[in-house]
Amino acid sequence: MTNPHPPNANERSLAPGQRLASTKKTAMSESAVAEIRLLASRYPDKLAATLPALYIAQSDMGFVSLSAMQEVARALDVPPNHVYGVATFYTMFRKSPVGRFHVEVCTNICCALRGGVKIFERLRERLGVRPGEVSPDGMWSLAEVECLGSCGTGPCLQVNYDVYDELLDDAGLDAVIEACKSGRVAEWGSPALRG
Amino acid sequence: MTQNSNIRTKPDKHRYTFEGFGSEKHPNFLLRGAGDLNNWPLRVYEGTHEGYQALRKALQMAPGDVIGEVKASGLRGRGGAGFLTGLKWSFLPQDTPDKKYTRYLAANADEGEPGTFKDRAILEYNPHQLIEGMIIAAWAMQCRKGFIYFRGEFKWLIDKLDAAIKEARDAGYLGQNILGSGLDFDLDTYRGAGAYVCGEETALLNSLEGRRGEPRQKPPFPAVKGAYGQPTNVNNVETLANVPVIMRIGASAYASIGVKNNSGTRLFGISGHVKNPGLFELPMGTPLRYLVETIGGGTLSGLPVKAIIPGGASAPILTPDNLDTPMDFDSLHSAGSEGGSGGVIVMDESTCMVQAALRAMRFFAHESCGQCTPCREGCHWAEMILSRIEYGQGRRGDLELLESLVSRIMGHTLCPLGDAACWPLESIIKKFRREFEAHIEQGKCPAHSESVLVSA
Repeated sequence: MTNPHPPNANERSLAPGQRLASTKKTAMSESAVAEIRLLASRYPDKLAATLPALYIAQSDMGFVSLSAMQEVARALDVPPNHVYGVATFYTMFRKSPVGRFHVEVCTNICCALRGGVKIFERLRERLGVRPGEVSPDGMWSLAEVECLGSCGTGPCLQVNYDVYDELLDDAGLDAVIEACKSGRVAEWGSPALRG
Repeated sequence: MTQNSNIRTKPDKHRYTFEGFGSEKHPNFLLRGAGDLNNWPLRVYEGTHEGYQALRKALQMAPGDVIGEVKASGLRGRGGAGFLTGLKWSFLPQDTPDKKYTRYLAANADEGEPGTFKDRAILEYNPHQLIEGMIIAAWAMQCRKGFIYFRGEFKWLIDKLDAAIKEARDAGYLGQNILGSGLDFDLDTYRGAGAYVCGEETALLNSLEGRRGEPRQKPPFPAVKGAYGQPTNVNNVETLANVPVIMRIGASAYASIGVKNNSGTRLFGISGHVKNPGLFELPMGTPLRYLVETIGGGTLSGLPVKAIIPGGASAPILTPDNLDTPMDFDSLHSAGSEGGSGGVIVMDESTCMVQAALRAMRFFAHESCGQCTPCREGCHWAEMILSRIEYGQGRRGDLELLESLVSRIMGHTLCPLGDAACWPLESIIKKFRREFEAHIEQGKCPAHSESVLVSA
């Protein structure tokens, strides 16, 4: 069957045959390893530290690359296959590089009813970046995401987990972009976003 | 453990109050101080909201009597299924002379149901009410440790809860021998990473253990074998936040609010094409019409209402004929829908129902964990078939094909995600069949030249 409108694979976990993005950064910093080891002692079972450890690795290494997964497995002393499985299951572990400002727009039904899709299309033009890509200057990346829990004030978006749930329109979008440019939004991977 | 706290300082634009809110007719239990960002600290909760009084009262009672009180209140789980909370609490095994258990308690703050934004408000404005509810629950079930499982997107709320938990611990409400009762209990937060399915209790437990969030086969139920293989009770945030209210005002007073078998108040999130979207606390059994027309202010465009989803995106759709349905679990069930998580999504006459169905199905196809074949394959095929109908390539027989998919997914999966995907689809096709047929016959979307609900 010809699918006139193939679903966008960007927000998916790895599709069959898709390769993990490669990265030059193959080692995690000493401090991140120490932080992960400390985490492991906080839970009844060290396996439980997998998700928080992946967040730390993501913040430390920019995104969850194959090396990041291996580093987490080594730091926690758990089987690498377990970490691969977990990292590729959850969408919030980015398996490809992101920009300094990673913009996630909710286009789920409630936001869509109030213009979420238009906001998404508009951002795509404004930022000049397609979903799943990073802009050439490394500044922006864009993704369409499912419900962000701001249905009553949608459309809404998040920039690096900072939520803008304020019935966004074009003017609101300008304000968000301006806030990023002027450094009022924490950058991807900054310590404030860790954990 | 966050060194850098990101507690929100930006005002939240959600509406929480309405005329008459906080009166005897519309009591305010869960949204006390909502909208005020300085409402969360312990001193405000203790000073103005009678904080931790209910805990002191509960600790004077025997654990079994606390469960009895919750049973008598008729509180039903607010996460979606509406199961009796007191009954669920009584399922946890008790210690016997030769067998001691480590019992766990988990709060489900993985709020991901489209249309639902209630737990978020409790966590933002009344985190201590949840903590107090969890300590009372821990006393009733004699749990040793509690977890609050958050969705990953709620990063700022996790920081807030960490701060609130620290306050409670410093004040002696958490830790060893709480208020001299002999109860040892502590709380920890856990951050998920963007999987809707983790809102299902066994998937949540898997995720809490650091695994993929795939639902488990039941039985064994979590009450027997839950987190780390120990007996565990999982409750929704709103359910647990109701517990201090019950202990404070008493089970009979609580049971007198709402309607028969559906006691207390509930948080209803109104979103979509309404003039005044927002989160409102109303007694159970309030008619849907009151929510949509009086509080929601009718549609933004002035067009008539076309469809309403009354319980989050996975509840079957209702039409304006059902506007007089009382918003409680039983009445909504008899009206052919579900109470779900209390998210009311309103669509006006301009909405294309094929687009709405496609958008909902794309969500479920995306969020299917992939464990059960009917859901993993079925949701994707349903999405593709809906997509070709919307984009003018629908074929005769596609509706029958969709219906056959529904019957093959529903009831054939480990968790309710498969059912949740089918309920809206089945009901939309049934109630708006003419619209689907028009798409197929005309080879295009009759209402819109471009897709307004689904991105290209």
